[in-house]
Amino acid sequence: MNSMTRIADRKQWIKGATGDWEIVIGLEVHAQVTSQSKLFSGASAGYGGEPNDHVSLVDAAMPGMLPVINRFCVEQAVRTGLGLKAEIHKRSVFDRKNYFYPDLPQGYQISQYKQPVVGEGEVLLDLPEGQVKVGIERLHLEQDAGKSIHDQHPSMSYVDLNRSGVALMEIVSKPDMRSADEAKAYVTKLRTILRYLGTCDGNMDEGSLRADVNVSVRRPGEAFGTRCEIKNVNSIRFMGQAIEYEARRQIGILEDGGKIDQETRLFDARKVETRSMRSKEEAHDYRYFPDPDLLPLELDDAWIDAIKASLPELPDEKKARFVRDYGLSAYDADVLIAERETAAFFETIAKGRDGKLAANWVINELFGRLNKEGKSIADSPISADQLGAVVDLVAEGTISGKIAKDLFEIIWNEGGDPRAVVEARGMRQVTDTGAIEKAVDAIIAANPEKVQQAIAKPTMLGWFVGQVMKETGGKANPQAVNDLLKTKLGIA
Amino acid sequence: MTELTRLTIAEARDALASKKASATELTNAYLSNMEKARPLNAYVVETPEQARDMAKASDARLAKGEAGALEGIPLGIKDLFATKGVHTQACSHVLDGFKPPYESTVTANLYRDGAVMLGKLNMDEFAMGSSNETSYYGNVINPWRRKGSNAALVPGGSSGGSAAAVAAELCAGATATDTGGSIRQPAAFTGTVGIKPTYGRCSRWGVIAFASSLDQAGPIARDVRDAAILLKSMASVDAKDTTSVDIPVPDYEKALTGDIRGLRVGIPKEYRPDGISAEISRLWDQGAEWLKKRGAEVVEVSLPHTKYALPAYYIVAPAEASSNLARYDGVRYGLRVDGDDITSLYENSRAEGFGREVKRRIMIGTYVLSAGYYDAYYVKAQKIRTLIKRDFDEAWKKVDVILTPATPSPAFAPGEITDPVQMYLNDIFTVTVNMAGLPGIAVPAGLSADGLPLGLQLIGKPFDEETLFRVAHVMEQDAGFTARADKWW
Repeated sequence: MNSMTRIADRKQWIKGATGDWEIVIGLEVHAQVTSQSKLFSGASAGYGGEPNDHVSLVDAAMPGMLPVINRFCVEQAVRTGLGLKAEIHKRSVFDRKNYFYPDLPQGYQISQYKQPVVGEGEVLLDLPEGQVKVGIERLHLEQDAGKSIHDQHPSMSYVDLNRSGVALMEIVSKPDMRSADEAKAYVTKLRTILRYLGTCDGNMDEGSLRADVNVSVRRPGEAFGTRCEIKNVNSIRFMGQAIEYEARRQIGILEDGGKIDQETRLFDARKVETRSMRSKEEAHDYRYFPDPDLLPLELDDAWIDAIKASLPELPDEKKARFVRDYGLSAYDADVLIAERETAAFFETIAKGRDGKLAANWVINELFGRLNKEGKSIADSPISADQLGAVVDLVAEGTISGKIAKDLFEIIWNEGGDPRAVVEARGMRQVTDTGAIEKAVDAIIAANPEKVQQAIAKPTMLGWFVGQVMKETGGKANPQAVNDLLKTKLGIA
Repeated sequence: MTELTRLTIAEARDALASKKASATELTNAYLSNMEKARPLNAYVVETPEQARDMAKASDARLAKGEAGALEGIPLGIKDLFATKGVHTQACSHVLDGFKPPYESTVTANLYRDGAVMLGKLNMDEFAMGSSNETSYYGNVINPWRRKGSNAALVPGGSSGGSAAAVAAELCAGATATDTGGSIRQPAAFTGTVGIKPTYGRCSRWGVIAFASSLDQAGPIARDVRDAAILLKSMASVDAKDTTSVDIPVPDYEKALTGDIRGLRVGIPKEYRPDGISAEISRLWDQGAEWLKKRGAEVVEVSLPHTKYALPAYYIVAPAEASSNLARYDGVRYGLRVDGDDITSLYENSRAEGFGREVKRRIMIGTYVLSAGYYDAYYVKAQKIRTLIKRDFDEAWKKVDVILTPATPSPAFAPGEITDPVQMYLNDIFTVTVNMAGLPGIAVPAGLSADGLPLGLQLIGKPFDEETLFRVAHVMEQDAGFTARADKWW
């Protein structure tokens, strides 16, 4: 659907005093490229370290130093572009964005302005209301700045250049989102894709993923309103809050007969509000021009094809496959593919087993338990093999579903081989037909009246099953009991 | 011992090889010349101790038969080149006290071949100037004077210190750089040979940037052979400069065959502007005549966009400079003039640190890149640049080399040219070469009526420095330029 005309679901409209409003959102996501070294220097791009530990002569903009493009960072950008089903530009250009700031040693940031390495692509969002396609406008590579530290000295600021020159991908969406939930789903999905690709760790706490949010409001379906850009939004939750606040602020102004000034605003997470940072008039003139130290970036088809061939299975494809091959619901598949690690954990279990049963165990039992204890899949005390064994024990009828939950608890707390635990603790359900038959015969012999009733009304069978289970301490295989009773009572 | 400094590099190389002199003796001879020639102000820093240490090491290698191509040859290094642990300021106040912890690729190449560094040479601040009057360390005085006059003259710029030092025998040869004519114009003003090689021939790594797409390092030397020897050592592809080009560096000295028969020499008709001095015009004709007599074919060519080159250059170069010089902000190195806040620290440091000409170019560059002016200036200038390149591409279909004057006039007096635009016109014959990225060499070809050196310029095809050296060598022979500046200092 055309991005200009897509109108949000009515449920997402905001009721104003003068009628309904619709939010229009576009996002600029800065994703730190996963790489050993910086975009134009050999210094470490690692997080942390003592201030100014990871700084080369180039990063500190010493006189006569020149940038040299890091091939791997370009590869990561191309990989990301391919993951976003985007057009890869075989020729792109690095430009200088000029401004003065102490944590910008060169006095300019090397970025890509008119000719980015990646062009239009898309991200699909699966929302309860249905699927939404968010267009990607472009992806370009640029340098991160350093960090100014203002709280260490009464009258001076310190500068840490560890991040100076680290490679970022700026991923610009089209203004295709119509609610805070859509924007949150977009960033979540984008992060999932980046993590699958291994091109960005997506860690918002460490600043590896940052978003600038463009928000405007309009009457549903009408022309776009004037937008404001919100900076400093460093978690998905804050982003939702910032959008909600900003939309209501803009609606308030418009309904009072005012107009929106295009400006850059800052989100204050403590006060949960946005406030003006600089107006359009105060906007910098960045004097972009092609960086004469760097030749245009030229990529050849073979190189791009090789990257394409090395792409992992992406979230959308994995989801479709889980639905198709394991018979999962779209919802369950979505939950499982959110992280590459959980998807792999699930698949280890599901391979050669009942997919739905495996999904139930992973989602309901394992995730439930992990969430309760605030653990990630990597910290799970139960391995995929252990959980697989539990699923096997249930599927083959060695233990009942109820016993299996007890077994899960034991393995979670104490570890061990599930099969051995079942044997050692006598948890095995009785499938020995001889033993079950004895119990069945005893019950039938003791209840002749009930037998007559059951023959007349086969649903009475349940009473017999219950009696047998009681007799066997819950360990009898219910199916075997059922079968035996039917045979003995002559019920078809 | 002073006679040692009369030797060309080629001669000194032979003298060292045959043990007629030692590298230490040669270096000491130059150091002694330098001391006496301080009124010329060619050096901003002399490094005698390092020079003697390097010479000693050269003598050791010579003794072991491990001499490099430039073993024991004392050179002056333009202050634009980063020299490890040694004053490197582009002759600007803004870089006060800056001693880099690294060595430029070009100077490292020279040391690899055994060269000795005598000191850092004066230049126009950040290589912006055509008279060496913009240096924070004061003018360089041209060793040459007008016949019968004691008045000082400029050595040209920006590599004025390099040219003066070579002409006055204060070094055997010098490194220089050329963004719009900064090697060739001072060479022409001092009766020396200067070559700006093809863009990408020498690494720019460790050379303080003026205009990155135009800057190129090259040598200034006493004669064509010395220039060939020096360029061979300076040139290299460099992984640290991705605009350097991976084409093998030939042995340029081997190109000096003296044979130019059948070579086609172009004379661009647009290089004879109205008001060109009769002297220069005559010299140019003379140059063509020499080459013709040696069996070259001289043909007229047209470079129709020449007249736009200078205005376009003075958009592109300042634009890049305005950005390249943004790093001199007083925060990390060089001059810091404190202020109440970060903005005033920037303003104070830059206001005090940069000279007038540098500020002018930063302002021009900032202006032409500004929103609303970018297309009208910068983009248009880049289009002109493409057209200039195309002009040359067309010419190369007809000729192998192009002959032009090097400068519109001989050396002038300090303070004589105060209008910046008038000063920029010094580059009229040289900027096209930078705009097109081509190699160009200035060769002394005669004396003015006042007794000042005049140069001719040869322009070559990309990476065809060999042909330039070959033709320049022939012209040098025919010009028979043997005049030297009288040692008045």
